[in-house]
Order: sequence, then C-alpha cells, then structure tokens
Amino acid sequence: MTALSSPLGRLRWTFADGLTLVGRELGRLRRQPGELVAALVFPAVMVVLFGYVFGSAIQVPGGGDYREYLMPGLFAMVTFTAAQGVMARVAADASRGVMDRFRSMPMARLAVPFGQTGADLLVGLAFLAVMVGTGLLVGWQPHRGLVPTVEAFLLMTVLRYALSWVGVYVGLAVRNEEAANALVPLFLPFTMVSNAFVPTGGMPGWLRFLADWNPVSALTAASRELFGNPGVPSGDVAWPLAHPVAAVLLWSAALLAVFVPLSLRAFMRRGR
Amino acid sequence: MTDPIVVAEGLHKSFGDTHALRGLDLSVPRGTVCGVLGPNGAGKTTAVRILATLSDPDAGHARIAGYDVVRQADKVRERIGLAGQYAAVDEKLTGRGNLRMFGRLYHLSRREAHRRADELLERFGLTDAADRPVAGYSGGMRRRLDLITCLILRPEVLFLDEPTTGLDPRSRGEIWDSVRELVADGTTVLLTTQYLDEADRLADDIAVVDHGQVIATGTPDELKATIGDRLDVVLEDPAALPAAAAVLHALAGTDPAVTDAGRLSVALPAGGFRLADIVRELDRAGVEAADVRLRRPTLDEVFLRLTDRKEHV
Repeated sequence: MTALSSPLGRLRWTFADGLTLVGRELGRLRRQPGELVAALVFPAVMVVLFGYVFGSAIQVPGGGDYREYLMPGLFAMVTFTAAQGVMARVAADASRGVMDRFRSMPMARLAVPFGQTGADLLVGLAFLAVMVGTGLLVGWQPHRGLVPTVEAFLLMTVLRYALSWVGVYVGLAVRNEEAANALVPLFLPFTMVSNAFVPTGGMPGWLRFLADWNPVSALTAASRELFGNPGVPSGDVAWPLAHPVAAVLLWSAALLAVFVPLSLRAFMRRGR
Repeated sequence: MTDPIVVAEGLHKSFGDTHALRGLDLSVPRGTVCGVLGPNGAGKTTAVRILATLSDPDAGHARIAGYDVVRQADKVRERIGLAGQYAAVDEKLTGRGNLRMFGRLYHLSRREAHRRADELLERFGLTDAADRPVAGYSGGMRRRLDLITCLILRPEVLFLDEPTTGLDPRSRGEIWDSVRELVADGTTVLLTTQYLDEADRLADDIAVVDHGQVIATGTPDELKATIGDRLDVVLEDPAALPAAAAVLHALAGTDPAVTDAGRLSVALPAGGFRLADIVRELDRAGVEAADVRLRRPTLDEVFLRLTDRKEHV
C-alpha cells in the first residue's frame, strides 16, 4: 500500500501524489470551464481596452504599432495571475479543512504544494495559448524566429512557476478564503506600475523607480526584445530593463529561494 | 482486544497565553465509541488535532494502536480517519471524483480507488448524487461524503469532530446510522459533540472535558447515576409552592429549583426513593400535585452540573 518510509519511496509518492493533485485541478476545470473562460475574458478585454481605446492615443517610443508594444505587457500580466490563482485555491483548501484532511492522510505532504503549483503551470500554458491567439488576431507577431520566441515563452513559464509559490505561501499564511479574495484587487495596480502599457520614462522619479524594478517590467522588456516587438529601451535605463532576460531569471531564482522554503515550512508546521 | 487503542497521557498545549489543554488523559477501548463532551473552548478540538497528527503537544504523549502520534505519525495516519467540522471535500468535483481522488492519495491503484468509491457511494446511499458536483449537495449529503472519505482505507480509529453541527434532525439521524454501522464493523470512534443527546445515543463511554482536562468519565448511565434521580413536581395551585418546597427540601437536602409557576424540580441523592413515598409525603403536607415524576437525569443536567461545579471550585 504505502511506502513512505524509505527516502526513494517518499520521493516516488511525492511525485505520484503531486500528479493526482494536478489531476484534481484539471478535473475542476473540466467541471467548471466557465472559470477558465472568465479568467481569459479579462486579458482579452485588456487587449481591446488598451489596444484600441487607450492605444489610439499612445505614442510608442521609437515608433511602431502600439498593439505590438502592448502584447508582451499583457503576456506578463497574465503570467502574474499565477500568484492570485494559487493563493485563492490554497486559502480555500486551508479554510475548508481540505488541507487538514491531506495532512491527516498517509500521503506525501509535500505533494500538495507541488501539485498545486504544477497544476497552475498547465493552466498557465492554456492561458498563454489563448493570449497568443488573441495577439495574432490583433496583428501582434514575433519577428525574430523560433528560438527567441520559445525563449520568451520559457521565461514566462519560469517566472509563472516562481510566482505560484508566492501564492502558496500567502494562501497558507492567510488561511482564509475571504481574506485571500480581498487581496486580489491589489494585483492589478501592481501589474500596472510597470512598462507593460506605457513607457516608464514619463513617470515621476519615485514611481519610475518602482516600475523599472517591478518584475512585470523585466518580463515585458525581455519579451519585447525576444519577440522583436517595439519599445525596447535604449540609452541610459535601469539595470533590469537593460538586461531583462537576466533580470527575469534572477527574479525567478530569488522568489523560489525565498518562497519555496517558507511555504514548505508553513505546510509542514504542526503547531496549531 | 480490551487494550485501549487510543491513549492520551498528560497532554498539554498552549497557544500564546491560552492553555487549551492542561494534562488531558484519555483511553478508548478498541471497537467502542467514546464521546468527548465539553463547552466551547474546553479543548476538544485541540485534543482531536493532536491525536490526528495535525498538531504536536507541548507535553505529554499519545498513541494510536500503539504508535506515537508525534514520532510515528506516518503509521498513525495509515490507521485513522478524520472528519472535521467542515465538509473537507472539493466542492467543484463530483462526489465520485472526490472519493477517487482521495483513494489515489491513499495510494490505492486506479482500479481499486474506483471500485472503493463505487462501493462506498452505494453503501451510504449517495449513488444518485455521485456524479453531481458537491457544490450542489445538501449539508447532510456533504457531511456524509466527508465521512465516507475517511473510510476509504477502513481506518481502525475514526475521529469525528462535531460531525452533525448545523445539520437538520433528519441528516443527523443519517449520520448517526452511519456511525453505528461503522462501529458494528469494528471501527473505534472518538466523537466530540456539543449535542448531549448525540453522545447519549452513540457513545459507549463519555469523557467530559472542561478547561483542558477530563473532569469525569463513564458510561452515560454511570454519569447520570452520579447526580441521582430527578424529582419533578407540578402543583395544582401555585399557592402551595412554599409547602411543596419544604417537603422536597426535606427529601433531597437541597432547595428545589422552581422552574415555572407551580413547577419544582430537585435532584435526589442517589438511590432509595420510591414514587409512592414521595406522593405520600406531599399528601401529608397538604400539597395537591397535578403531576409527580421521578426520572433519570438527562445528560444535559449531568453536563451542566459537572461543568458548573468545576467553575465554582
């Protein structure tokens, strides 16, 4: 039946149980495709809102089509929804006793956070596919060939995975579904204070500093560069924007290094 | 067989300044139902969480089927089921989907998990709802699903933490039937509840917990016997109240409680009172009674007496 005693057995079950929990999330989506659709409508609305409404009055620095400029920003924005989605699901499990049930079972405990983040990765790929389709529809396209394009999507996936661990930790920390939902509106301004929609050059100094160092900006800048889309900054810009690919990798590594141990500790703790 | 399967010795647990448990001892024989009763905040849930390996005690130790809940938690988890105060299932999945998922997490093969899910749904009358998402279930159905989720591995010990709180009487009856069925199969059940009739109907033994300690244990009958029988008298004429009170005081040695105009109630010292004698005493004092009843105390009265006395010490 169970063989959690040996380290190898433990690893195997962590993987197997993680897959079961990935299956759980996919089962939920299959039952409630509306949730996925609702989550996809939002970025699509952003494409219309920014691409056609605000975009009609925004001048891209260095020239170029605004919708080409916009799509990497929206890719980044969708990437950042990982944190809020995982947070909401972890908080729901924690507040409804599901987490306690998992913890009282002879399963691999670590499978729970790995399953949640793994499932989010698959959800993220689905989001990305829809966003790419939307982008192609409104005239966006990658210009630099296959390899840089794949690199850009890999960067998004890596950062998404790191962000999903932030979601695990915050979800475990709040342990309350309503509190988690109350945090969701904070994500929008966070993604807006960046170069995703407008260049940071015109912002007041303190805001520009925040925007330049926002990981959203690094991911946006890296995507623009790798897709060959307009808006790649030149001249004297902040370090993360001058080296966006390295900045995204560093951000991902830092987030993982901090939030994986914090989450695992919060998950294993048996104080309460 | 008579070895206790659940043993807790001197459990202590504090959260900040709050002492949730102060030396809780508990022993549950295999194949029985132990009802843990106590007011809110008495430490019932904390005790269950420690026994179910969710929380570590600050001091003391506990064993389930001989395995230490802290050092051999994995062994304990293979032998227990926990149904908490919520229906801890995935709302978006179907009943069948939940059972299959938890079956897989209990490391059953896919085929075995599916078979066990069908079997449990059938046995506990959820087959009709099995393929609907749990979000559409009634409160009673959710709790039943929650309960059978614990049974996938046929646990030796089942912890039920207030399993029927918030349910309508009919759903409570269904949960009780399920619990009785499990006990018939040999499962040991540790049940916390605020409903004393629930403990009275289900429990073989009761442990009354207050302020983090067990303050009384015994079968429901034994606990009732400790506070003696109750005598209830309803008077024809409320004016006879003082005379009736004097008679009851003489019998019981304490002042009767006047529960209503012309209605008195008193606890008699254990043993030796016959209804006919009591009626004769009342008659002799010229008290006309519409109704005189000698009855066993309810568990509520035992509970109030025990937890009340504790507070006055």
